[in-house]
Amino acid sequence: MIRGFAEKTIACLSWALALSLCLSVTVLLSYLLIKGLPSLGTELVFGKADPLNVLLGRERVFDGIFPAAVGTLSLVFLSTLIALPLGICSGIYLSEYATPGMKKAVGGLFDVLAGIPSIVVGLYGFSVSIFLHHHFSERLGPCLLISALSLGVLVLPYIVRSSQSALEELPAHIRCTATALGATRLQNLVYVLLPNALSGIGSGVILAIGRCAEDTAVILLTGVVATAGLPSSLFAQYEALPFYIYYISNQYTNPAELSNGYGACLVLLGICSVLFMVARGMQKRLFHWALYSR
Amino acid sequence: MMVSKDVFAESVFLCCAISSAIIILAILGFMVALGIPLFQEIPLSDILNGPWAPHHGAYGIRAMIFGTFLIAFLATLICLPLSLGMSFVISSLGGRRSRRLLGAIVRFMTGIPTVIYGFVGIFLLVPLIREGFGGPGMGVLTASIVLAILISPTMILFFTDSLLAVNAAYVQAAKALGATRVQRLLYVMLPGALSGMASGFILALGRAVGDTLIALMLAGNAVRTPQGLLEPARTLTAHIALVKAADFDSMAFRSIFACGITLYLFTILATIMVRVMTRERIAIS
Repeated sequence: MIRGFAEKTIACLSWALALSLCLSVTVLLSYLLIKGLPSLGTELVFGKADPLNVLLGRERVFDGIFPAAVGTLSLVFLSTLIALPLGICSGIYLSEYATPGMKKAVGGLFDVLAGIPSIVVGLYGFSVSIFLHHHFSERLGPCLLISALSLGVLVLPYIVRSSQSALEELPAHIRCTATALGATRLQNLVYVLLPNALSGIGSGVILAIGRCAEDTAVILLTGVVATAGLPSSLFAQYEALPFYIYYISNQYTNPAELSNGYGACLVLLGICSVLFMVARGMQKRLFHWALYSR
Repeated sequence: MMVSKDVFAESVFLCCAISSAIIILAILGFMVALGIPLFQEIPLSDILNGPWAPHHGAYGIRAMIFGTFLIAFLATLICLPLSLGMSFVISSLGGRRSRRLLGAIVRFMTGIPTVIYGFVGIFLLVPLIREGFGGPGMGVLTASIVLAILISPTMILFFTDSLLAVNAAYVQAAKALGATRVQRLLYVMLPGALSGMASGFILALGRAVGDTLIALMLAGNAVRTPQGLLEPARTLTAHIALVKAADFDSMAFRSIFACGITLYLFTILATIMVRVMTRERIAIS
Protein backbone atom coordinates (compact mmCIF):
# COMPACT_ATOMS: atom_id res chain seq x y z
CA MET A 1 0.00 0.00 0.00
CA ILE A 2 2.70 2.44 1.06
CA ARG A 3 4.87 1.15 -1.75
CA GLY A 4 2.13 1.76 -4.29
CA PHE A 5 1.73 5.28 -2.98
CA ALA A 6 5.46 5.93 -3.22
CA GLU A 7 5.51 4.65 -6.79
CA LYS A 8 2.64 6.94 -7.75
CA THR A 9 4.36 9.89 -6.09
CA ILE A 10 7.58 9.23 -7.98
CA ALA A 11 5.72 9.04 -11.29
CA CYS A 12 3.86 12.31 -10.63
CA LEU A 13 7.01 14.03 -9.39
CA SER A 14 8.95 12.95 -12.48
CA TRP A 15 6.31 14.42 -14.75
CA ALA A 16 6.20 17.63 -12.73
CA LEU A 17 9.99 18.04 -12.83
CA ALA A 18 10.18 17.22 -16.54
CA LEU A 19 7.46 19.72 -17.33
CA SER A 20 9.06 22.42 -15.18
CA LEU A 21 12.31 22.05 -17.10
CA CYS A 22 10.40 22.35 -20.38
CA LEU A 23 8.59 25.35 -18.97
CA SER A 24 11.82 27.14 -18.07
CA VAL A 25 13.22 26.59 -21.56
CA THR A 26 9.96 27.82 -23.07
CA VAL A 27 10.03 30.93 -20.88
CA LEU A 28 13.64 31.58 -21.92
CA LEU A 29 12.89 31.26 -25.62
CA SER A 30 9.65 33.21 -25.59
CA TYR A 31 11.23 36.01 -23.56
CA LEU A 32 13.95 36.23 -26.16
CA LEU A 33 11.44 36.18 -29.01
CA ILE A 34 9.21 38.86 -27.47
CA LYS A 35 12.17 41.15 -26.76
CA GLY A 36 14.18 40.39 -29.86
CA LEU A 37 11.68 40.09 -32.70
CA PRO A 38 10.95 43.82 -33.00
CA SER A 39 14.64 44.59 -33.53
CA LEU A 40 15.17 41.99 -36.25
CA GLY A 41 15.67 43.55 -39.66
CA THR A 42 18.31 45.13 -41.88
CA GLU A 43 18.76 47.90 -39.31
CA LEU A 44 20.03 45.32 -36.78
CA VAL A 45 22.60 43.92 -39.18
CA PHE A 46 23.73 46.98 -41.10
CA GLY A 47 22.82 49.87 -38.80
CA LYS A 48 22.31 53.07 -40.74
CA ALA A 49 24.53 52.01 -43.61
CA ASP A 50 23.17 50.87 -46.96
CA PRO A 51 23.23 47.02 -47.09
CA LEU A 52 24.31 46.87 -50.74
CA ASN A 53 27.20 49.26 -50.22
CA VAL A 54 28.31 47.32 -47.15
CA LEU A 55 28.29 44.00 -48.97
CA LEU A 56 30.32 45.53 -51.79
CA GLY A 57 32.81 46.82 -49.24
CA ARG A 58 32.17 50.50 -49.95
CA GLU A 59 30.83 51.46 -46.54
CA ARG A 60 31.61 50.52 -42.93
CA VAL A 61 28.99 49.45 -40.41
CA PHE A 62 29.22 51.17 -37.04
CA ASP A 63 26.00 50.35 -35.22
CA GLY A 64 25.00 46.95 -36.59
CA ILE A 65 26.06 43.38 -35.98
CA PHE A 66 27.43 42.86 -39.52
CA PRO A 67 31.14 42.90 -38.50
CA ALA A 68 30.41 40.56 -35.61
CA ALA A 69 28.53 38.15 -37.86
CA VAL A 70 31.34 38.19 -40.43
CA GLY A 71 33.87 37.64 -37.63
CA THR A 72 31.96 34.64 -36.33
CA LEU A 73 31.62 33.15 -39.81
CA SER A 74 35.33 33.53 -40.56
CA LEU A 75 36.19 32.03 -37.17
CA VAL A 76 33.97 29.03 -37.83
CA PHE A 77 35.40 28.60 -41.33
CA LEU A 78 39.05 28.85 -40.23
CA SER A 79 38.79 26.64 -37.18
CA THR A 80 36.89 23.96 -39.09
CA LEU A 81 39.53 24.13 -41.79
CA ILE A 82 42.19 23.52 -39.14
CA ALA A 83 40.46 20.89 -37.04
CA LEU A 84 38.72 18.88 -39.75
CA PRO A 85 41.64 17.16 -41.53
CA LEU A 86 43.58 16.63 -38.32
CA GLY A 87 40.54 15.31 -36.46
CA ILE A 88 39.26 12.97 -39.16
CA CYS A 89 42.73 11.52 -39.81
CA SER A 90 43.27 10.95 -36.08
CA GLY A 91 39.84 9.30 -35.89
CA ILE A 92 40.71 7.04 -38.81
CA TYR A 93 44.00 6.09 -37.18
CA LEU A 94 42.37 5.32 -33.84
CA SER A 95 39.64 3.25 -35.40
CA GLU A 96 41.52 1.41 -38.19
CA TYR A 97 45.21 1.23 -37.37
CA ALA A 98 45.83 1.73 -33.65
CA THR A 99 46.67 -1.17 -31.38
CA PRO A 100 44.30 -1.62 -28.41
CA GLY A 101 46.88 -0.17 -26.01
CA MET A 102 47.45 2.91 -28.18
CA LYS A 103 43.70 3.30 -28.62
CA LYS A 104 43.25 3.35 -24.88
CA ALA A 105 46.08 5.79 -24.21
CA VAL A 106 45.34 8.28 -26.99
CA GLY A 107 41.58 7.86 -26.55
CA GLY A 108 42.05 8.75 -22.88
CA LEU A 109 43.91 11.91 -23.88
CA PHE A 110 41.01 12.94 -26.12
CA ASP A 111 38.56 12.33 -23.28
CA VAL A 112 40.65 14.66 -21.13
CA LEU A 113 40.74 17.26 -23.90
CA ALA A 114 36.97 17.01 -24.34
CA GLY A 115 36.53 17.83 -20.66
CA ILE A 116 39.00 20.72 -20.44
CA PRO A 117 37.14 23.97 -19.74
CA SER A 118 37.12 26.15 -22.83
CA ILE A 119 38.67 29.03 -20.89
CA VAL A 120 41.74 26.86 -20.26
CA VAL A 121 42.02 26.23 -24.00
CA GLY A 122 41.70 29.99 -24.44
CA LEU A 123 44.46 30.53 -21.88
CA TYR A 124 46.61 28.13 -23.88
CA GLY A 125 45.98 30.11 -27.05
CA PHE A 126 46.77 33.31 -25.18
CA SER A 127 50.05 31.93 -23.84
CA VAL A 128 51.00 30.72 -27.31
CA SER A 129 50.40 34.22 -28.64
CA ILE A 130 52.57 35.73 -25.89
CA PHE A 131 55.24 33.19 -26.68
CA LEU A 132 55.14 34.15 -30.36
CA HIS A 133 55.12 37.83 -29.44
CA HIS A 134 58.28 37.48 -27.35
CA HIS A 135 60.22 35.14 -29.57
CA PHE A 136 59.26 35.89 -33.15
CA SER A 137 57.63 39.21 -33.88
CA GLU A 138 56.47 42.16 -31.86
CA ARG A 139 53.53 42.48 -34.21
CA LEU A 140 52.08 39.11 -33.28
CA GLY A 141 49.49 39.07 -30.53
CA PRO A 142 46.01 37.76 -29.88
CA CYS A 143 44.35 37.68 -33.31
CA LEU A 144 41.91 35.89 -35.58
CA LEU A 145 44.37 33.12 -36.42
CA ILE A 146 45.18 32.38 -32.76
CA SER A 147 41.46 32.24 -31.94
CA ALA A 148 40.78 29.90 -34.85
CA LEU A 149 43.65 27.64 -33.77
CA SER A 150 42.40 27.51 -30.18
CA LEU A 151 38.83 26.82 -31.28
CA GLY A 152 40.21 24.11 -33.53
CA VAL A 153 41.87 22.52 -30.49
CA LEU A 154 38.62 22.89 -28.54
CA VAL A 155 36.53 20.98 -31.09
CA LEU A 156 39.22 18.48 -32.08
CA PRO A 157 38.07 15.74 -29.68
CA TYR A 158 34.48 15.97 -30.95
CA ILE A 159 35.60 15.40 -34.53
CA VAL A 160 38.07 12.65 -33.58
CA ARG A 161 35.60 10.75 -31.46
CA SER A 162 32.68 11.06 -33.87
CA SER A 163 34.73 9.85 -36.83
CA GLN A 164 36.25 7.08 -34.74
CA SER A 165 32.93 5.78 -33.50
CA ALA A 166 31.25 6.20 -36.90
CA LEU A 167 33.94 3.92 -38.38
CA GLU A 168 33.95 1.46 -35.51
CA GLU A 169 30.20 1.03 -35.60
CA LEU A 170 30.21 -0.17 -39.21
CA PRO A 171 28.94 -3.77 -39.30
CA ALA A 172 31.36 -6.59 -40.15
CA HIS A 173 29.74 -7.41 -43.49
CA ILE A 174 30.53 -3.92 -44.81
CA ARG A 175 34.00 -4.03 -43.31
CA CYS A 176 35.02 -7.42 -44.72
CA THR A 177 33.46 -7.64 -48.19
CA ALA A 178 35.93 -5.49 -50.12
CA THR A 179 38.94 -6.97 -48.30
CA ALA A 180 37.72 -10.45 -49.16
CA LEU A 181 37.60 -9.40 -52.82
CA GLY A 182 41.23 -8.36 -52.68
CA ALA A 183 41.07 -4.66 -51.85
CA THR A 184 43.98 -3.23 -49.89
CA ARG A 185 43.42 -1.68 -46.50
CA LEU A 186 43.55 1.82 -47.96
CA GLN A 187 41.16 1.00 -50.82
CA ASN A 188 38.74 -0.54 -48.36
CA LEU A 189 38.96 2.60 -46.23
CA VAL A 190 38.55 5.10 -49.06
CA TYR A 191 35.94 3.34 -51.18
CA VAL A 192 33.90 1.45 -48.59
CA LEU A 193 34.37 2.46 -44.97
CA LEU A 194 34.53 6.27 -45.27
CA PRO A 195 31.48 6.63 -47.56
CA ASN A 196 29.48 4.46 -45.19
CA ALA A 197 30.62 6.37 -42.13
CA LEU A 198 30.03 9.81 -43.66
CA SER A 199 26.75 10.46 -41.90
CA GLY A 200 28.25 9.93 -38.46
CA ILE A 201 31.36 11.95 -39.26
CA GLY A 202 29.25 14.72 -40.79
CA SER A 203 27.00 15.17 -37.81
CA GLY A 204 30.00 15.26 -35.49
CA VAL A 205 31.52 17.96 -37.67
CA ILE A 206 28.34 20.04 -37.69
CA LEU A 207 28.09 19.86 -33.89
CA ALA A 208 31.72 20.99 -33.73
CA ILE A 209 30.91 23.93 -36.00
CA GLY A 210 28.05 24.87 -33.68
CA ARG A 211 30.48 24.79 -30.77
CA CYS A 212 32.84 27.15 -32.66
CA ALA A 213 30.00 29.55 -33.38
CA GLU A 214 28.78 29.75 -29.81
CA ASP A 215 31.93 29.57 -27.72
CA THR A 216 32.78 32.81 -25.98
CA ALA A 217 35.37 31.90 -23.37
CA VAL A 218 38.09 30.94 -25.87
CA ILE A 219 37.78 34.04 -28.02
CA LEU A 220 37.51 36.25 -24.94
CA LEU A 221 41.19 35.48 -24.27
CA THR A 222 42.46 35.25 -27.81
CA GLY A 223 41.76 38.50 -29.56
CA VAL A 224 38.08 39.36 -29.83
CA VAL A 225 37.32 43.04 -29.21
CA ALA A 226 34.17 45.12 -29.08
CA THR A 227 34.92 47.39 -32.04
CA ALA A 228 37.25 46.28 -34.78
CA GLY A 229 35.15 46.44 -37.90
CA LEU A 230 35.57 43.67 -40.44
CA PRO A 231 38.60 41.45 -39.80
CA SER A 232 41.27 42.85 -42.13
CA SER A 233 43.72 39.94 -41.97
CA LEU A 234 44.47 36.72 -40.13
CA PHE A 235 46.64 38.68 -37.72
CA ALA A 236 44.07 41.34 -36.91
CA GLN A 237 41.65 41.57 -34.03
CA TYR A 238 38.01 40.99 -34.86
CA GLU A 239 34.44 41.05 -33.57
CA ALA A 240 32.21 38.03 -32.94
CA LEU A 241 28.53 37.54 -32.20
CA PRO A 242 28.74 35.77 -28.82
CA PHE A 243 31.20 38.35 -27.57
CA TYR A 244 28.96 41.15 -28.85
CA ILE A 245 26.10 39.71 -26.77
CA TYR A 246 28.33 39.40 -23.72
CA TYR A 247 29.62 42.92 -24.20
CA ILE A 248 26.15 44.42 -24.59
CA SER A 249 24.94 42.63 -21.47
CA ASN A 250 27.27 44.59 -19.20
CA GLN A 251 28.22 47.66 -21.23
CA TYR A 252 25.01 48.78 -22.88
CA THR A 253 24.31 52.50 -22.58
CA ASN A 254 20.86 52.93 -24.12
CA PRO A 255 17.73 50.90 -24.88
CA ALA A 256 18.54 50.75 -28.59
CA GLU A 257 21.82 48.92 -27.90
CA LEU A 258 20.05 46.55 -25.53
CA SER A 259 17.43 45.69 -28.12
CA ASN A 260 20.26 45.10 -30.60
CA GLY A 261 21.61 42.65 -28.02
CA TYR A 262 18.33 40.74 -27.99
CA GLY A 263 18.34 40.74 -31.77
CA ALA A 264 21.91 39.40 -31.81
CA CYS A 265 20.82 36.65 -29.39
CA LEU A 266 18.08 35.62 -31.81
CA VAL A 267 20.48 35.65 -34.76
CA LEU A 268 23.02 33.50 -32.91
CA LEU A 269 20.30 31.14 -31.70
CA GLY A 270 19.03 30.93 -35.28
CA ILE A 271 22.49 30.06 -36.62
CA CYS A 272 23.03 27.41 -33.94
CA SER A 273 19.62 25.80 -34.35
CA VAL A 274 19.94 25.70 -38.15
CA LEU A 275 23.32 23.98 -37.78
CA PHE A 276 21.79 21.61 -35.26
CA MET A 277 18.88 20.71 -37.52
CA VAL A 278 21.20 20.26 -40.49
CA ALA A 279 23.20 17.82 -38.37
CA ARG A 280 20.07 15.84 -37.50
CA GLY A 281 18.79 15.94 -41.07
CA MET A 282 22.16 15.03 -42.48
CA GLN A 283 22.37 11.93 -40.38
CA LYS A 284 19.29 10.59 -42.15
CA ARG A 285 19.88 11.98 -45.65
CA LEU A 286 23.56 11.10 -45.86
CA PHE A 287 22.82 7.66 -44.62
CA HIS A 288 20.33 7.22 -47.41
CA TRP A 289 22.73 8.66 -49.97
CA ALA A 290 25.56 6.42 -48.87
CA LEU A 291 23.46 3.30 -48.94
CA TYR A 292 21.33 3.65 -52.04
CA SER A 293 22.57 6.15 -54.57
CA ARG A 294 26.05 4.87 -55.28
CA MET B 1 53.36 0.45 -55.41
CA MET B 2 50.09 -0.22 -53.62
CA VAL B 3 51.93 -1.29 -50.53
CA SER B 4 53.94 1.93 -50.32
CA LYS B 5 50.74 3.95 -50.75
CA ASP B 6 49.21 2.00 -47.89
CA VAL B 7 52.22 2.56 -45.67
CA PHE B 8 52.26 6.24 -46.59
CA ALA B 9 48.59 6.66 -45.69
CA GLU B 10 49.07 4.90 -42.40
CA SER B 11 51.98 7.12 -41.46
CA VAL B 12 49.95 10.23 -42.32
CA PHE B 13 47.14 9.06 -40.05
CA LEU B 14 49.66 8.21 -37.34
CA CYS B 15 51.24 11.67 -37.57
CA CYS B 16 47.83 13.29 -37.20
CA ALA B 17 46.99 11.22 -34.15
CA ILE B 18 50.36 11.92 -32.55
CA SER B 19 50.23 15.65 -33.21
CA SER B 20 46.71 15.84 -31.77
CA ALA B 21 47.96 14.04 -28.68
CA ILE B 22 50.94 16.41 -28.43
CA ILE B 23 48.62 19.43 -28.54
CA ILE B 24 46.76 18.11 -25.50
CA LEU B 25 49.95 17.60 -23.52
CA ALA B 26 51.27 20.97 -24.71
CA ILE B 27 48.32 22.73 -23.06
CA LEU B 28 49.45 21.52 -19.66
CA GLY B 29 53.09 22.10 -20.53
CA PHE B 30 52.53 25.73 -21.52
CA MET B 31 50.58 26.51 -18.38
CA VAL B 32 53.14 24.94 -16.07
CA ALA B 33 55.99 26.70 -17.90
CA LEU B 34 54.33 30.10 -17.63
CA GLY B 35 53.23 29.49 -14.04
CA ILE B 36 56.72 28.51 -12.82
CA PRO B 37 57.85 32.05 -11.88
CA LEU B 38 54.84 32.28 -9.55
CA PHE B 39 55.53 28.93 -7.91
CA GLN B 40 59.19 29.87 -7.43
CA GLU B 41 58.33 33.06 -5.63
CA ILE B 42 55.30 32.06 -3.60
CA PRO B 43 54.91 28.69 -1.84
CA LEU B 44 52.19 26.44 -3.24
CA SER B 45 50.23 26.44 0.02
CA ASP B 46 49.99 30.25 -0.07
CA ILE B 47 48.66 30.13 -3.62
CA LEU B 48 46.06 27.51 -2.89
CA ASN B 49 45.06 28.70 0.54
CA GLY B 50 45.94 32.38 0.78
CA PRO B 51 43.85 35.52 0.25
CA TRP B 52 43.75 37.48 -3.02
CA ALA B 53 45.33 40.90 -2.50
CA PRO B 54 47.51 41.77 -5.51
CA HIS B 55 48.49 45.15 -4.03
CA HIS B 56 49.98 43.42 -1.00
CA GLY B 57 51.70 40.71 -2.98
CA ALA B 58 49.22 37.98 -2.05
CA TYR B 59 47.91 35.92 -4.92
CA GLY B 60 45.95 33.15 -3.20
CA ILE B 61 43.11 31.60 -5.15
CA ARG B 62 41.26 29.97 -2.24
CA ALA B 63 38.16 32.13 -2.60
CA MET B 64 37.96 31.29 -6.28
CA ILE B 65 38.32 27.55 -5.70
CA PHE B 66 35.62 27.72 -3.06
CA GLY B 67 33.36 29.81 -5.32
CA THR B 68 33.85 27.40 -8.21
CA PHE B 69 32.88 24.33 -6.26
CA LEU B 70 30.05 26.00 -4.37
CA ILE B 71 28.40 27.16 -7.59
CA ALA B 72 29.10 23.89 -9.42
CA PHE B 73 27.78 21.67 -6.61
CA LEU B 74 24.70 23.78 -6.11
CA ALA B 75 24.03 23.69 -9.84
CA THR B 76 24.35 19.90 -10.01
CA LEU B 77 22.13 19.59 -6.92
CA ILE B 78 19.42 21.65 -8.62
CA CYS B 79 19.99 19.82 -11.87
CA LEU B 80 19.84 16.30 -10.42
CA PRO B 81 16.10 16.05 -9.58
CA LEU B 82 15.16 17.82 -12.82
CA SER B 83 17.28 15.43 -14.86
CA LEU B 84 16.08 12.36 -12.96
CA GLY B 85 12.46 13.35 -13.60
CA MET B 86 13.07 14.12 -17.24
CA SER B 87 15.05 10.94 -17.92
CA PHE B 88 12.42 8.81 -16.12
CA VAL B 89 9.74 10.26 -18.37
CA ILE B 90 11.80 9.93 -21.54
CA SER B 91 13.03 6.42 -20.83
CA SER B 92 9.83 4.79 -19.60
CA LEU B 93 7.03 6.79 -18.00
CA GLY B 94 5.95 8.84 -21.01
CA GLY B 95 3.85 7.73 -23.96
CA ARG B 96 5.45 7.30 -27.37
CA ARG B 97 4.74 10.82 -28.59
CA SER B 98 5.62 12.71 -25.42
CA ARG B 99 8.89 10.75 -25.19
CA ARG B 100 9.85 11.81 -28.69
CA LEU B 101 8.84 15.41 -28.08
CA LEU B 102 10.72 15.69 -24.78
CA GLY B 103 13.75 13.96 -26.30
CA ALA B 104 13.77 16.49 -29.13
CA ILE B 105 13.52 19.38 -26.64
CA VAL B 106 16.47 18.08 -24.63
CA ARG B 107 18.60 17.60 -27.74
CA PHE B 108 17.65 21.09 -28.89
CA MET B 109 18.77 22.45 -25.51
CA THR B 110 22.28 21.16 -26.14
CA GLY B 111 22.42 23.58 -29.08
CA ILE B 112 21.45 26.76 -27.22
CA PRO B 113 24.56 28.97 -26.87
CA THR B 114 25.80 29.54 -23.32
CA VAL B 115 25.96 33.29 -23.75
CA ILE B 116 22.21 33.34 -24.44
CA TYR B 117 21.47 31.63 -21.12
CA GLY B 118 23.63 34.26 -19.47
CA PHE B 119 21.99 37.15 -21.32
CA VAL B 120 18.45 36.07 -20.46
CA GLY B 121 19.61 35.31 -16.92
CA ILE B 122 20.81 38.89 -16.44
CA PHE B 123 17.63 40.52 -17.64
CA LEU B 124 15.03 38.01 -16.46
CA LEU B 125 16.31 36.10 -13.43
CA VAL B 126 18.52 38.68 -11.74
CA PRO B 127 15.64 41.18 -11.14
CA LEU B 128 13.42 38.32 -9.93
CA ILE B 129 16.01 37.14 -7.40
CA ARG B 130 16.73 40.70 -6.29
CA GLU B 131 13.07 41.41 -5.61
CA GLY B 132 12.18 37.96 -4.29
CA PHE B 133 15.10 37.26 -1.96
CA GLY B 134 16.87 40.60 -1.61
CA GLY B 135 20.62 41.04 -2.04
CA PRO B 136 22.34 42.32 -5.16
CA GLY B 137 20.63 39.82 -7.45
CA MET B 138 23.88 38.62 -8.96
CA GLY B 139 25.20 35.86 -6.77
CA VAL B 140 25.79 32.19 -6.15
CA LEU B 141 22.12 31.20 -6.34
CA THR B 142 21.40 33.02 -9.61
CA ALA B 143 24.44 31.54 -11.33
CA SER B 144 23.65 28.05 -10.01
CA ILE B 145 20.06 28.10 -11.27
CA VAL B 146 21.04 29.10 -14.81
CA LEU B 147 24.01 26.72 -14.75
CA ALA B 148 21.66 23.90 -13.69
CA ILE B 149 19.54 24.44 -16.80
CA LEU B 150 22.66 24.68 -18.94
CA ILE B 151 24.11 21.35 -17.79
CA SER B 152 20.80 19.47 -17.61
CA PRO B 153 20.92 18.12 -21.22
CA THR B 154 24.28 16.46 -20.49
CA MET B 155 22.88 14.76 -17.41
CA ILE B 156 19.54 13.85 -19.01
CA LEU B 157 21.10 12.32 -22.13
CA PHE B 158 23.47 10.22 -20.01
CA PHE B 159 20.72 9.15 -17.60
CA THR B 160 18.36 8.23 -20.43
CA ASP B 161 21.04 6.31 -22.33
CA SER B 162 22.04 4.27 -19.30
CA LEU B 163 18.41 3.56 -18.35
CA LEU B 164 17.66 2.36 -21.88
CA ALA B 165 20.87 0.32 -22.03
CA VAL B 166 19.58 -2.08 -19.38
CA ASN B 167 19.01 -5.53 -20.90
CA ALA B 168 15.59 -5.54 -22.56
CA ALA B 169 15.00 -9.17 -21.55
CA TYR B 170 14.94 -8.19 -17.87
CA VAL B 171 12.44 -5.45 -18.56
CA GLN B 172 10.27 -7.80 -20.62
CA ALA B 173 10.41 -10.43 -17.87
CA ALA B 174 9.27 -7.89 -15.29
CA LYS B 175 6.50 -6.83 -17.65
CA ALA B 176 5.39 -10.45 -18.02
CA LEU B 177 5.26 -10.76 -14.25
CA GLY B 178 2.79 -7.89 -14.18
CA ALA B 179 5.08 -5.04 -13.10
CA THR B 180 3.75 -1.60 -13.95
CA ARG B 181 5.81 1.00 -15.83
CA VAL B 182 6.96 2.68 -12.62
CA GLN B 183 7.84 -0.65 -11.06
CA ARG B 184 9.86 -1.72 -14.10
CA LEU B 185 11.67 1.61 -13.99
CA LEU B 186 12.40 1.61 -10.26
CA TYR B 187 13.23 -2.04 -9.62
CA VAL B 188 14.67 -3.24 -12.94
CA MET B 189 16.05 -0.36 -15.00
CA LEU B 190 17.31 1.97 -12.27
CA PRO B 191 19.54 -0.52 -10.38
CA GLY B 192 21.18 -1.60 -13.65
CA ALA B 193 21.79 1.94 -14.79
CA LEU B 194 23.35 3.39 -11.64
CA SER B 195 27.01 3.29 -12.70
CA GLY B 196 26.28 4.89 -16.06
CA MET B 197 24.20 7.53 -14.34
CA ALA B 198 27.00 8.26 -11.89
CA SER B 199 29.38 8.99 -14.76
CA GLY B 200 26.74 11.28 -16.29
CA PHE B 201 26.61 13.11 -12.96
CA ILE B 202 30.38 13.58 -12.89
CA LEU B 203 30.47 14.80 -16.49
CA ALA B 204 27.74 17.33 -15.71
CA LEU B 205 29.69 18.46 -12.65
CA GLY B 206 32.73 18.83 -14.88
CA ARG B 207 30.76 21.01 -17.27
CA ALA B 208 29.54 23.12 -14.35
CA VAL B 209 33.08 23.60 -13.05
CA GLY B 210 34.40 24.42 -16.51
CA ASP B 211 31.75 26.89 -17.56
CA THR B 212 32.95 30.47 -17.75
CA LEU B 213 30.23 32.67 -19.11
CA ILE B 214 27.40 31.95 -16.68
CA ALA B 215 29.51 32.64 -13.60
CA LEU B 216 31.17 35.63 -15.25
CA MET B 217 27.83 37.18 -16.17
CA LEU B 218 25.67 36.17 -13.19
CA ALA B 219 27.76 35.43 -10.10
CA GLY B 220 28.86 39.02 -9.36
CA ASN B 221 32.62 38.24 -9.43
CA ALA B 222 33.51 39.61 -5.97
CA VAL B 223 36.80 38.17 -4.71
CA ARG B 224 35.85 36.88 -1.30
CA THR B 225 34.40 33.77 0.18
CA PRO B 226 30.59 34.07 -0.06
CA GLN B 227 28.80 33.88 3.29
CA GLY B 228 25.39 33.09 1.86
CA LEU B 229 23.79 31.91 -1.34
CA LEU B 230 22.69 35.41 -2.34
CA GLU B 231 26.19 36.86 -2.09
CA PRO B 232 28.43 37.33 -5.09
CA ALA B 233 31.34 34.97 -5.72
CA ARG B 234 34.03 34.50 -8.32
CA THR B 235 34.93 31.23 -10.02
CA LEU B 236 38.34 30.10 -11.28
CA THR B 237 37.16 30.37 -14.87
CA ALA B 238 35.76 33.88 -14.42
CA HIS B 239 38.98 34.85 -12.62
CA ILE B 240 41.03 33.84 -15.65
CA ALA B 241 38.78 35.90 -17.91
CA LEU B 242 38.92 38.96 -15.64
CA VAL B 243 42.62 39.07 -14.76
CA LYS B 244 43.76 38.51 -18.34
CA ALA B 245 43.54 42.24 -18.99
CA ALA B 246 46.49 42.89 -16.68
CA ASP B 247 49.97 43.14 -18.19
CA PHE B 248 51.82 40.01 -19.23
CA ASP B 249 54.63 39.98 -16.69
CA SER B 250 52.77 40.83 -13.50
CA MET B 251 52.38 38.24 -10.76
CA ALA B 252 48.59 38.66 -10.90
CA PHE B 253 48.76 37.51 -14.47
CA ARG B 254 51.00 34.58 -13.56
CA SER B 255 48.50 33.46 -10.95
CA ILE B 256 45.83 32.70 -13.54
CA PHE B 257 48.02 29.84 -14.67
CA ALA B 258 47.59 28.37 -11.18
CA CYS B 259 43.83 28.59 -11.84
CA GLY B 260 44.29 26.95 -15.23
CA ILE B 261 46.38 24.12 -13.79
CA THR B 262 43.80 23.54 -11.03
CA LEU B 263 41.02 23.29 -13.62
CA TYR B 264 43.12 21.02 -15.82
CA LEU B 265 43.92 18.67 -12.95
CA PHE B 266 40.25 18.57 -11.95
CA THR B 267 39.37 17.61 -15.53
CA ILE B 268 41.89 14.77 -15.52
CA LEU B 269 40.55 13.55 -12.17
CA ALA B 270 36.95 13.61 -13.41
CA THR B 271 37.90 11.80 -16.62
CA ILE B 272 39.72 9.09 -14.68
CA MET B 273 36.78 8.68 -12.32
CA VAL B 274 34.36 8.28 -15.20
CA ARG B 275 36.67 5.78 -16.89
CA VAL B 276 37.09 3.71 -13.77
CA MET B 277 33.36 3.71 -13.17
CA THR B 278 32.23 2.72 -16.60
CA ARG B 279 35.32 0.66 -17.45
CA GLU B 280 34.76 1.46 -21.06
CA ARG B 281 35.21 4.26 -23.55
CA ILE B 282 32.84 7.12 -22.85
CA ALA B 283 30.91 8.53 -25.73
CA ILE B 284 31.18 12.24 -26.33
CA SER B 285 27.75 13.69 -26.03
